[in-house]
Amino acid sequence: MNSAFFLVLRRMRAPIIVLIAIYAIAVAGLTLVPGVDAEGQPAPPLSFFHAFYFISYTATTIGFGEIPAAFSDGQRLWVTVCIYLTVLGWSYSVVTLIALLQDKGFQSTLTVNRFRRRVRRLKEPFYLICGCGETGNLIARTFDRAGQAFVVVENNEMRVDELDLQDFKTDIPALAADARQPETLLRSGLCHPRIRGVLAVTNDEQVNLAIAIAVRLLNPDIPVVARARSPGVAANMASFGTDHIINPFERFADHLALAVAAPERFRLIELLTSLPESPLPEVHRPPAGRWIVCGYGRFGRAVGNRLREAGIALTIIDPASPDASPDIGGDGTEANTLLAAGIAEATGIIAGTDNDVNNLSIAMTARELNPRLFIVARQNHNANGGLFTAFAADFTMVPSHIVAQESVAILTTPLLARFLALLRSGDEARCGELALRLEDACGVRTPAVWSVRLNISDAPAAWRHLMRDGSFTLADVLRDGTDRSTRLPVVVLLVDRAGDLIVLPDDEFALAAGDELLLAGRHRARRNLDFTLDNANELDYVLDGREDSGTWFGRWLAARGSGGQRPA
Amino acid sequence: MNLEKVIFGFFILLAATLNFGFFIGDIAKPELHNVYELFAALVVSLIATALKFGDRTQIGAVHLSTSLVADLQLIAAAVTWAMAVHVTGVGMTPHVTSSVVSLSGGALFANIVSVVLLIAETLMLRR
Repeated sequence: MNSAFFLVLRRMRAPIIVLIAIYAIAVAGLTLVPGVDAEGQPAPPLSFFHAFYFISYTATTIGFGEIPAAFSDGQRLWVTVCIYLTVLGWSYSVVTLIALLQDKGFQSTLTVNRFRRRVRRLKEPFYLICGCGETGNLIARTFDRAGQAFVVVENNEMRVDELDLQDFKTDIPALAADARQPETLLRSGLCHPRIRGVLAVTNDEQVNLAIAIAVRLLNPDIPVVARARSPGVAANMASFGTDHIINPFERFADHLALAVAAPERFRLIELLTSLPESPLPEVHRPPAGRWIVCGYGRFGRAVGNRLREAGIALTIIDPASPDASPDIGGDGTEANTLLAAGIAEATGIIAGTDNDVNNLSIAMTARELNPRLFIVARQNHNANGGLFTAFAADFTMVPSHIVAQESVAILTTPLLARFLALLRSGDEARCGELALRLEDACGVRTPAVWSVRLNISDAPAAWRHLMRDGSFTLADVLRDGTDRSTRLPVVVLLVDRAGDLIVLPDDEFALAAGDELLLAGRHRARRNLDFTLDNANELDYVLDGREDSGTWFGRWLAARGSGGQRPA
Repeated sequence: MNLEKVIFGFFILLAATLNFGFFIGDIAKPELHNVYELFAALVVSLIATALKFGDRTQIGAVHLSTSLVADLQLIAAAVTWAMAVHVTGVGMTPHVTSSVVSLSGGALFANIVSVVLLIAETLMLRR
């Protein structure tokens, strides 16, 4: 506020001084010119008060005719001069003011101030998203749908303007500024008491690195999730304790290798970490055997390394890479290159160049040559999503999706990271069974994963019940509040009881106050359960069908058995 | 259908309607404000309060407090009436009548809040 106010004052200095001078000259002159009375006799000039009053309405072109006595010719002469003088003075001020309002610098000062005020006034916990490209936008949408507050910082002004045009449920505080500047981060609420975490997901990994360092130094208590492309930067970020580093290429390579080695476990992880309430991903069963890799840059290398570890032989096509098979020319978009690479006997192909059109061309040619081939396509830009959907590769890798999914999953439910870590030792059969249960619970959409702690602030009714009336089991409480005979379609993944982790507790598991539950299910089921845990009457109904809302009268009525228990 | 909710809704609404019936009319004219209506409003309001004893939810607690406010106002109105007619013997002068009716007007406001809460609670219900 202050800086804009002082900027106005500074710019308006000259016009205001000119205006004061003109007024002073006009008023002083009017007090010197003699007047005339009704009989035509000379009269004394106007007093200062009357002169100022007259000039005030004349100068602003309001033009009252309120002073009753007619002017003398001398006064008329002077007033004529005054009228032109004051109009000039006012025009000068108004023009300066308008020029100031249109000034880019002034406008950006106003925008920054407004943004700062909005961030300062945030009352709920929020995340800071740095970079609002494809990844940042996806994260923002997910947060918006889940009702989670967030602040956006983006270098590109166009993208910030576009945010207003997209149909977000809430009005998002967004600033167009360079996130490398610590000042920008501080303005965006880095040291705000309600900040929960920072996502450094710009396209430039050096910027992400700078953000991660700034957060570590300025507010070491909050988690940072950073996106990295090259192993060097990732190692650099890890060296000063960045909480979570996401390299989309490495991550995809991990997924692909896991899908080859342990398809059920991969399916389960995919379900749990996908963006909530998005269409169910199709089942991927990449075969072992020999694969062809087209494009051996950072992505191809990452995937290649993991696949080799999973026991897959690779044929590499890339004219620019020294690791490529020397006897194969071309980049894989032509049929004879692929034939030379032995596509007829291969089981899979990875179209992994950094050019979407080339990737599609490789994938389409490959499918024509060998229809049984498992095709992995790399999609570099979200905008080409339609083309890739139309082609329907067996597995499409979209870097922005991978980063968005993982950062949302890790940041919003820290318990999920622990569950995923526990999964590494889980066997395939159990993973497959759990994946089926999740699909049963959620139908055609992916589950939302959330955690709830049975304490006084998050689940007051449940907490009181546990403290006062004793324990209840999961089967008791996971019931639909509309009709308690139906079970809520929710899967309890993990219970954290004072540090002890209970994985996949069964229905007879008895809850205790202070337990933290990790649950998966649809948003609708979540709202249903939240209301049950929050409202004592609802909890009573869900636990034992009592509908008496706990009043003395209601209990008496129920005890008489006259109708309080009658089902709806 | 939940019998308890039917009974409670009935009493809350009846308390408000009786109160309104007593309140309406020229504030200073005793013949427009029947003391039996005040009596009925007070009794029904007390019953509505008692019905809400023991509810542990937030909205139940607010319900109880608005009911208590209505009771308090109506009791004050009744005491004013009794003082004027039986203790001091002033009778239902315009001054006394307007005191009694304006106190019941305050109670009416609390009763309206109760009705709004009743509607809110009903909208929140899942069954």
